[in-house]
Amino acid sequence: MAAFIARRILYSVVTLVILSGTIFLIVRLTGDPVLLMAEAGASTEDLARIRQQWGLDRSWAVQYVTFMQNALTGELGKSFNYRLPVSELYFQRLPNSLQLGLFATLISLLIGVPAGIVSAVKVNTWWDSIAKGVALLGLSIPGFWLGLVLILVFSVSLRWLPTSGAGDWRHVLMPAVALGWYFAASMLRLTRSSMLEVLGSEYIKLARLKGLPDVVVIAMHAFKNALIPVFTLAGVNLVVMVNAAVIIEVIFAWPGIGRLLYEGIFQRDFPLVQGVVILAGFMIVGINLVVDIAYAVIDPRIRLTR
Amino acid sequence: MSFALRAGETLGLVGESGSGKTTTCMSIVGLLPRAARIVGGSVLFEGEELTTKSQRELRAIRGRRIAMILQDPMASLNPLFTIFRQVAEPAFFHQRLRGRSLRSRVQHLLKAVRIPSPEWRMREYPHQMSGGMRQRIVGAIALAGGPSLVIADEPTTNLDVTIQAQYLDLLKDIQRETGVALIFVTHNLGIVAKMCDRVAVMYAGKIVEQAPVRELFDDPKHPYTRALLGSVPKLGNKDPLYAIPGQPPNLASLPSGCAFHPRCPEALPRCADEEPIDFHPGAGHAARCWRLDEHAAASHGRSHS
Repeated sequence: MAAFIARRILYSVVTLVILSGTIFLIVRLTGDPVLLMAEAGASTEDLARIRQQWGLDRSWAVQYVTFMQNALTGELGKSFNYRLPVSELYFQRLPNSLQLGLFATLISLLIGVPAGIVSAVKVNTWWDSIAKGVALLGLSIPGFWLGLVLILVFSVSLRWLPTSGAGDWRHVLMPAVALGWYFAASMLRLTRSSMLEVLGSEYIKLARLKGLPDVVVIAMHAFKNALIPVFTLAGVNLVVMVNAAVIIEVIFAWPGIGRLLYEGIFQRDFPLVQGVVILAGFMIVGINLVVDIAYAVIDPRIRLTR
Repeated sequence: MSFALRAGETLGLVGESGSGKTTTCMSIVGLLPRAARIVGGSVLFEGEELTTKSQRELRAIRGRRIAMILQDPMASLNPLFTIFRQVAEPAFFHQRLRGRSLRSRVQHLLKAVRIPSPEWRMREYPHQMSGGMRQRIVGAIALAGGPSLVIADEPTTNLDVTIQAQYLDLLKDIQRETGVALIFVTHNLGIVAKMCDRVAVMYAGKIVEQAPVRELFDDPKHPYTRALLGSVPKLGNKDPLYAIPGQPPNLASLPSGCAFHPRCPEALPRCADEEPIDFHPGAGHAARCWRLDEHAAASHGRSHS
C-alpha cells in the first residue's frame, strides 16, 4: 500500500511539472503584457522600465526557473493587474467556486445516478428511452445556452431568481443547474453502462441463483461494483467545475475562479493565469490521487496487486 | 425435451457448444435472459410445477432447493465481498441464520469443500485465491442453502486437469454425504463416464438420446451420439481424430425434419421432412432417430408412434 501511494505521488509530481512548463509557454504566446500595463502612448523607455520591473526582460528559461523556484516555496507571484499575490486572489475566490461546484455536483449526482440505475435495470423499456433522451439533451445542450435560457425564464419572465452575482441559495441555483446539467448527463451514461456491465456479470448471475431478493442483488452486489467509476468521475468533475467553470461564471457574474482566469487571460496577466492554472492542476492531480487511493481502499484487488 | 432425475442421482447433459445445455439449466431455475421465455413444457421438481411459479416463489427455491455452479470460477464471485459474506448469503436469506450460527455454518461449508483453515480464509477476498479454490468456494455457496438438486454447468472447464479431477472427486464425495441430485452439464465425455448415472445427449436444443451411462457408451443408438463418441481421442491411436462434418445448426433457422440430418452419415430420405419421435430401444433408453423405426418396422412389422 505504501509503495502504491509513493508511486502515485511521483506520477502526480511529474504531471504538475509538465503542466507548469506548458502553461508558462502558452501564456507567453498571447502577446506582450507590458502594452496593456502601461498607459496608451507610453514611451519605449517607460515600457522597458516596466518590463524590467516585472522581470520580463530576462530570457524565458531564467523566468521559468525563477517562477518554479518561487512556486515550490508556495509563492506564485504577483498579479500584474491587481498588484496582489496570485494565491491571495485565488483563495479569495475559491469559496465561491467551491459552493458552485458542490451544488452542481450534487445536482448531477442526484439526477444522474438514480436515472442511470433505473435505465440499466429497466434496460430497453420506455424508462430507458426517457433516460437516454435526457442524456442526449444534456450532452448536446451547451451550458451557456441553458444558462441564458434559465435567466430569461426564471429571472426576466418569472422574476423568481436573481440574474447574477453571489449571495444565498437563490443565486447559486441557476448557475449550478446550468453547470451540473452536462455532468448529470455524463453521470447518467456512465452509471447506466457501468451498471449494465456489472448486471451482466457472472457474479450477479450467481447472486440471483442464490435466490437473493432483487433489491439485494441490485443495491448491494451490483451497485457497489458499478459505483467505482461513477465516484471517480464525480470527484474529478467536482474539481473541474470548481476550477474551470469559466463560461458559466462569466454569464452569471459569479465571482469565482473561472472568472478570475477569464480576466487574467484578457489582461495578459501572466502570473495570474499561470498561478490559477497551476493551482487548478494541483487540485485536479490531487483529487485523482485521492481517488486512486480511495479505490485501493474500496477494492481489495488494487490494494495488493499494484 | 424431457428428462427425469431421482434424488441422489447424477444426470449428464452432453452436447456441442450452442446446443442449448445452459439454456435448459437456466430455464429450470427460471432465470432465462430477457429475450427468452418458456413457450411450453413443464419442470416438475419434488412434485411442484416450476414453470408456472412467480419470480418470488422461484426465489425461495433458488439457492435453497436448487443451486447452481457456474462455469467460470474467476468471474462468478463478487470481487468486493469477502468469502464469508458470499458463502453466508444463502443461509442468511433462506435459513435466516445470524451471528455465531451463521459463522459456524460457513466454516462447516468451507471445510466440506476442503478449504484449509476456513476461519481464516473466509475473511479473505476472491482475488486472494486460486481458480481451483474459488470453484470450491462456489461449490460451498451451492451447498449453503441445503439444496436437493445442484446443477453444475461445466464446472471444471476453466480449471486445469489435475484440479479438475480433484474437483470431480470432491463433488462425488459431497453427493455421497448429502444425497443431493446432480445435473452435470459438460461436453467432456470422460467426465460423463466418471460422474454420471445417466446421460442425455443434446443436439440443437433437443435431447436426441438418453440412457444409463454404460448403455450409452456401449450401445449408442443415435448417429449423433455415435459420432460424438467417435470423436473422443484414444490413447495410442495414431489415426487422425474423427470430427463430425459441418457445423452445429443455427438455432434460429433449424433444418427441416431431423435437425441433425445434414450432418448425419446415416440419414434416410424421410429425415429431411419428418421430425423423428422418441423410440425406446431398451429400458430407460430413448433416442430420436428414424433409423430405429426402420429396425422396428423390419423386425416387428409395425411402427412406433
